[in-house]
Amino acid sequence: MHAPVPPRGAFRPGFPKPGRLAAFRQWLGPSPFTQLAVLALVLAGLVYFGGNVLATMDRLGLKPGFAFLSQRANFEIGESLIAYSASDSYGRALLAGLLNTVTVAFFGCMLATILGTLLGIMRLSDNLVISTAVRTYVELFRNTPLLLQLFLWSALFHALPAPRRAISLFDSIFLTNRGVFLPRPVVVVMPSLTGLVAALLAVGLVPLIARRLFQVRAVLRWQVVSGALAIIAIIAWVSGLSLAAEWPVKGGFNLSGGLSLTPEFAGLLTGLTLNSAAAIAEIVRSGIQSVGKGQWEAARALGLKPRQIMRLIVLPQALRVITPLMTSSYLDLTKNSSLAVAIGFPDLVSVANTIGNTTGQSLEAIVLIAGVYLLLNLGVSLLMNRYNRRLLAKEARRA
Amino acid sequence: MQALSVIRRHLTSAVGAAVIGAIALLPVSAQAGPTLDKIKERGVIKAGVGTIPGFFSPDSEGRWQGLFIDFGRALAVTVFNDPEKVEFTNSSPQQRLPALQAGEFDVLLTGVTVTITRAFKLGFHFGPTVFYDGQGLLVRKDLNVTKAVDLDGATIGVQSGTTGELNIADFFRKTGKKFTPVTIEETGEFLKALDSGRVDALTQDGTDLAAKRTQLKKPDDYILLPERLSKEPLAPAIRAGDDQWLEIVNWTVYATIQAEEFGITKDNVDSFLKSDDPAIKRFLGVDPSLGEAIGLNPKFAYNIIKAVGNYGEIFERNVGKGTALNLERGYNQLWTKGGLIYSPPFR
Ligand SMILES: N[C@@H](CCC(=O)N[C@@H](CS)C(=O)NCC(=O)O)C(=O)O
Repeated sequence: MHAPVPPRGAFRPGFPKPGRLAAFRQWLGPSPFTQLAVLALVLAGLVYFGGNVLATMDRLGLKPGFAFLSQRANFEIGESLIAYSASDSYGRALLAGLLNTVTVAFFGCMLATILGTLLGIMRLSDNLVISTAVRTYVELFRNTPLLLQLFLWSALFHALPAPRRAISLFDSIFLTNRGVFLPRPVVVVMPSLTGLVAALLAVGLVPLIARRLFQVRAVLRWQVVSGALAIIAIIAWVSGLSLAAEWPVKGGFNLSGGLSLTPEFAGLLTGLTLNSAAAIAEIVRSGIQSVGKGQWEAARALGLKPRQIMRLIVLPQALRVITPLMTSSYLDLTKNSSLAVAIGFPDLVSVANTIGNTTGQSLEAIVLIAGVYLLLNLGVSLLMNRYNRRLLAKEARRA
Repeated sequence: MQALSVIRRHLTSAVGAAVIGAIALLPVSAQAGPTLDKIKERGVIKAGVGTIPGFFSPDSEGRWQGLFIDFGRALAVTVFNDPEKVEFTNSSPQQRLPALQAGEFDVLLTGVTVTITRAFKLGFHFGPTVFYDGQGLLVRKDLNVTKAVDLDGATIGVQSGTTGELNIADFFRKTGKKFTPVTIEETGEFLKALDSGRVDALTQDGTDLAAKRTQLKKPDDYILLPERLSKEPLAPAIRAGDDQWLEIVNWTVYATIQAEEFGITKDNVDSFLKSDDPAIKRFLGVDPSLGEAIGLNPKFAYNIIKAVGNYGEIFERNVGKGTALNLERGYNQLWTKGGLIYSPPFR
């Protein structure tokens, strides 16, 4: 009798041999030796190149390492979300740059999504003027280099008048070449009428919230939202806080108060948003078109209005197609934000470049940049994938 | 066109980053004194330069001109006896230092300031200072500012990767005043920030600003404050660890200085060939002993003077009286006339 021979396809996914190494074997696929050989080659290459890097750095008298991060930076950064000055460390400077990158990427993604979705829907409009206009927009923004677009927006924001001759919209938004000034929401400590009204409203909504808590399913989403808002309002009212706005005021040579966006930030945000919105518009269009005609017809037969069809029938299905593509748009936007350096916005790359330049640790600076973008993008991917899975699960439940 | 060249530059800077990675690809064996060998093999010297009329800028025919460019040509004469065998590539202050580290250039002729950090931490060697500069401030006239300290609260454009980015922070901390920096990499955008009124002032090397002022739309609306915030000795920079190449750079520059001290010019150099002065005989290679000793063409100094002239000629032709920049020699006068320009003896 022969000992049992494992079947030829044992390494193929679907036929994993049971046991602790099963996952490993499965991962190696049908030709494990080739796989391992390639892996070994890649690793050997990395070791060889790594060794060369170290040898070359040694020859140039450069000491690799990240110890420099705790040393004093000695340069200023134009805008930062955290307190930063030249006496802080390189590490903190990088953090300031990173937060700038995250901010512009976050708001860019939000705004591009809103604008892109609207454009995508308009693109499918029966009105020829609207759909042609959107199409022109999309072609224009997708077929010109982003860097050029950024230079254009930057130049535009720089071309605004000086603060003394600021363009004002309703005396609350001011456009100047030193920045765009907006009212800033601030928390005021003082019981107020809004708080009271909100509280009364909340009381009215309590039964609904209660119902939700007692697992009554049929609560509409807006009721949950207003319930949550009401609770916040009650807490705010009880503790004497309320929301107000701090308005920018003109005075002297500059504006003070309010929220100010520098021309560099505004230019970058505008450029990234408009550019991504073009890509997103195409994604949304293709997503909507992927929903079969039959769906529209069926919905119409049920007597739904076009807006309702779009909102209730088509968009939810289109989202399945849209979401994965959207992820890559978000990733693009995040990476593209590194063009900031060209127009003077102190993003991560700009700060890291300066650091590489003043410390000589360019390699480390590049490694840091690459690492951080990788993490950022993995984070975005993770969130989007989770959202996508939820979407698919919901779909599956419904089916 | 400006924008296109900017894009190209950013592409090259991306390439620059890739080159950092490509340090990895350099075989370890290519170590001792390799620069000259590599240059000879390639047939051309690669020099990184900036873009400031007078110091380095392409003329209407696309041929590079300027003070630093002439030193690049002089180097090509020393190595190849041909002033054309040097290739100039524009590189932003931010990109050029890593690019030199990565071996993209054989020499930077960009107005790099000699600093101890660059020597030790970036791994650079510097040739002789070819231009003594200091950091200046180019200010809008209507601010009525006469001194740097008056700029309290101002928005100031700085160019990323320069010593100026660090000096200006030091200055304001020292004086206890505040400023908002707008840090810009690209030279054209840097200039535009002042033109558009985005910033109240620009800070950079003083002579750089003098040149920038002439490029503004309304030069008369701006003044270059007379004050200098720092010492900026500008010198050719090379990668550390190649003594031979360093000495070639050193003595190429010294040759132009020594020639001026001897009174030898592009036009009269041939008449000096008949000189009885043994020092001049050695210098011009009529007595070949020196050149043989150092392994260069014994007539390298003669060839340099013949091609680009002496230091004073280079200075006057590019940035001196009668040029757009109209600079005084100042510190850049020969030591014999009260300046700092000095060559060790050729012997
Ligand atoms: N000397 C300073 C500044 C260097 C610098 O920016 N130099 C000027 C020329 S003197 C320059 O390159 N300007 C920008 C350009 O030419 O593109 C340093 O070494 O950091």
